Amino acid sequence: MKQLIKLRVNGEDYEAYVPVHKTLLEVLREDLNLTGTKHGCELGECGACTVLVDGEPTLSCLTLPIEIQGREILTVEGLAHNGTPHPLQTAFAELSAAQCGYCTPGMLISAKALLDHDPHPARDDIRQALSGNLCRCTGYSKIIEAVELAAERR
Amino acid sequence: MTDELTLIGKPLPKVDALGKVTGETKYADDLAMPRMLHAKILGCHYPHARIKHIGTARAQALPGVVAIITGADLPVKYGNLPVSQDETGLAGDKGRFVGDPIAAVAAVDEETAERAIDLIDVEYEELPAFMSVEDVLTKEGEPIQDYGDQGNVHKMVALEFGDTESGFAAADYVREDTFFYQGNTHLPMEEHAVVAHYTADGKLTLWSSTQCPHYVHRALSKALAIAPSRVRIIATPVGGGFGGKSDPLPHEVAAAKLSMITGRPVKIALTREEVFYAHRGRHPVLMWAKTGVRKDGSITAMHFKTFLDGGAYGSYGVASTYYTGALQPVTYKVPTYKFEGMRAFTNKPACGPKRGHGTPQPRFGMEIQLDKIAEAIGISPVDIRRKFVVDENSYTVNHLRITSCALGECIDKVAAASGFNDKHRKLPFGKGVGLACSSYLSGAGLPIYWNNMPHTSVQIKIDRGGGVAVLCGSTDIGQGSNSVLAYTVAEVLGVSLDAIQLTVSDTDLTPIDLGSYSSRVTFMMGNAAIEAASKLKKLIMEAAAEKLQLPVEALAAKNNSIYCIDDERRSLTFAQAAQLAEAKHGGLGAMGSYTPPKLAGPFRGSGVGPSPAYSYSACVAQVDVDPETGEIKVEKIWIAHDCGRAINPLLVIGQTEGSVYMGLGEALMEEQDFRRNQHKIPSLLDYKSLTMMDMPEVETILVEPIDPEGPFGAKEAGQGPLLPVPPAVANAVYDAVGVRIDELPITADKVLKALALKAEGKEPRVGPKGVPSFVFPEPVRVEPHPQAPKLRGA
Ligand code: FES
Ligand code: FES
Repeated sequence: MKQLIKLRVNGEDYEAYVPVHKTLLEVLREDLNLTGTKHGCELGECGACTVLVDGEPTLSCLTLPIEIQGREILTVEGLAHNGTPHPLQTAFAELSAAQCGYCTPGMLISAKALLDHDPHPARDDIRQALSGNLCRCTGYSKIIEAVELAAERR
Repeated sequence: MTDELTLIGKPLPKVDALGKVTGETKYADDLAMPRMLHAKILGCHYPHARIKHIGTARAQALPGVVAIITGADLPVKYGNLPVSQDETGLAGDKGRFVGDPIAAVAAVDEETAERAIDLIDVEYEELPAFMSVEDVLTKEGEPIQDYGDQGNVHKMVALEFGDTESGFAAADYVREDTFFYQGNTHLPMEEHAVVAHYTADGKLTLWSSTQCPHYVHRALSKALAIAPSRVRIIATPVGGGFGGKSDPLPHEVAAAKLSMITGRPVKIALTREEVFYAHRGRHPVLMWAKTGVRKDGSITAMHFKTFLDGGAYGSYGVASTYYTGALQPVTYKVPTYKFEGMRAFTNKPACGPKRGHGTPQPRFGMEIQLDKIAEAIGISPVDIRRKFVVDENSYTVNHLRITSCALGECIDKVAAASGFNDKHRKLPFGKGVGLACSSYLSGAGLPIYWNNMPHTSVQIKIDRGGGVAVLCGSTDIGQGSNSVLAYTVAEVLGVSLDAIQLTVSDTDLTPIDLGSYSSRVTFMMGNAAIEAASKLKKLIMEAAAEKLQLPVEALAAKNNSIYCIDDERRSLTFAQAAQLAEAKHGGLGAMGSYTPPKLAGPFRGSGVGPSPAYSYSACVAQVDVDPETGEIKVEKIWIAHDCGRAINPLLVIGQTEGSVYMGLGEALMEEQDFRRNQHKIPSLLDYKSLTMMDMPEVETILVEPIDPEGPFGAKEAGQGPLLPVPPAVANAVYDAVGVRIDELPITADKVLKALALKAEGKEPRVGPKGVPSFVFPEPVRVEPHPQAPKLRGA
């Protein structure tokens, strides 16, 4: 069964006519062409698909769009402002916190939620906030440093 | 100061970093095309079963299903190694492990394809399953493959360099140990994906997350019987590889075939579970090691036996087998050496190359054994290593050529930084430190299929605006090869990075590079890039010299300018000079290539192990072990890595930290485990890996001898630093609580078990009891290389 859903993503309104059981991850990537959001499991185990829903980090692979119609969704595509990267994006690029880059959108989104909530987090708070985001490349050190750098600069 | 480097050695951001942080980078599964079909794969339900019949009628009848293929549609065998042509994409005669691809369905969407898969009726005849090396040596039944050295023994190797018997006779102390290194998998965050499109003109194009587009090109052309010129492979940016995307894989073949049948683009995106089946990961290896030393700790003889549990297909397994014996003599002086290895086919997903390819397992055994020996003869773990490091510009007993080596400095620095000597055997019960070292290749010295051609080539074109187009088949899997390529060319030509346009990993457009494996790319591509850029630089400098009426030697190129060294006002822009050169010579283009020097020794099997240069690492782990729970907390890792010159220290440190992370995962928790003939844990939740909470602080020390043959003196960073981590942790656990865990992963329950044995007064050790009594063939006896370390007094 398909139905029309209305989503507000990165400040823009979208409509999609999709099967009811399609996940937010799938709708973002397949129907709205917002492929910046990634997947590593589609079972809620890796954090690669993290987006913000009203500022809260949310696993899009476990979320049904129907439940969040009308709420503010933020994906990696919405982080930059008028083409100027978010300080987290700049810091990740500068410190090579993105190696293959596949976990990066999810990491950035989780980190943004953290900094919005706590502009100067301690190292352990960063570890805690990002512990649901797996990365196989970096050993995490550069990611932690990048979040700290972005926090310093904000 | 004209020879000062502008870009090389600087901590620059990667050239493709912004695409990755903005979500712009398109990975394979981000691609979509008009009329694109989605395909799903049916995996075999049994570990070993003859496929008697596949009924597709019910699936075919499902609305939305467009095409179904089975093994019958893919009869031609291919494989990465010429000696292991044992895959077809979809298995035809029989399935060889649970999950082995046997059929594929293309449909209008993924969901329909998935439903159709469930409607395929397969009739099987179950065959005895072989789930371990022991099964292979003791159980009767039809072999898994119809080739190999005997039954399910895929490969046997036996080599002896010098006379190990006299070596052991000359020793004051000899010990024998057994070790087990559990299998584990790459677990790239990106699940493999491919889009295949066979167009009306008979051309097949594949966009795939592969580390080796050239090998996919070769395999597809063979498997599908299409001329190589009609196949184009484009490696999309790879979301993590670590070796797992180096084989041509079944889903690539299946998607291509389905596209050929339907004439429409076909996508296959593997699920996480299927990624566990695609595997090609770390071989589980059971080992026996015997080492003899004199009182001072110098090694007189070493003998290794390895038993590799290979899984159902050959993959790179023959090379993996040799690698379990090749690099032991590359770190410390070993005057006599014997190696016997075997690989068994088992009914599990095929093992292959994972970061360190076949060398972390013996390194684990060797470095623990040295620790035990050091204690037994009463010398420090530092001395037993430091005093006997191989010499620069020497050869090993097994004919490997060593050029630069700064292992001694690595050991000194890591010991000093960690305060090793003040801590070892001196920390309170429960806390401990462990040391281990290693070495790794900077690229395999020989190609996987025999030929005399270069291993890589780089092409450069310069346009009139001063833009520099650089083309190479190399594939960026996150390690930063695109950046290394850009830095190298920009450095040689004296242009800024924004002048460089890269086109990479596209078999139609880019010259061949063998792929992102064996830590070969920086070394080989880097040298080819220098050669290509230098050819063009010569033309441009000559044209500029003519115009400025100066000798070429008086000029330098830097910051997009060609100028007189003594009077910088006399200058041309790079673009002006390029135009002059074009007017003089015609369009500006050049190729550069790299072929390693001939390094193979005079014996069969000498093709695995040689490398144009070896990297070296030394690692100290500090752990806190809770004797009540057995829980191990790694408090800190110090690692010193001899990478040659660091082309970009930021990226090298990133590779080192990533290697340490992966080594810790293997040391403490990662295992590709099987229960009741099935993969026990094909999910990210159950396959444990380190999270940000678990990862300790890592202090990386780069040691940078300038390698004589590396590009700007560089060697490698992507794999070597993983190797010393597991044995360093094992040695640290022993220092902390006095128990030996001789098998990976080192888990809390094993520590508790060993502590209980200790309390009972038994040998405080958990590890394999022995190795199978397997008769290896008579070893091939090889005279040690004349410049190898000598057995004193022999
Ligand atoms: S894809 Fe959503 S958590 Fe892994
Ligand atoms: S950068 Fe590759 S998974 Fe994190």
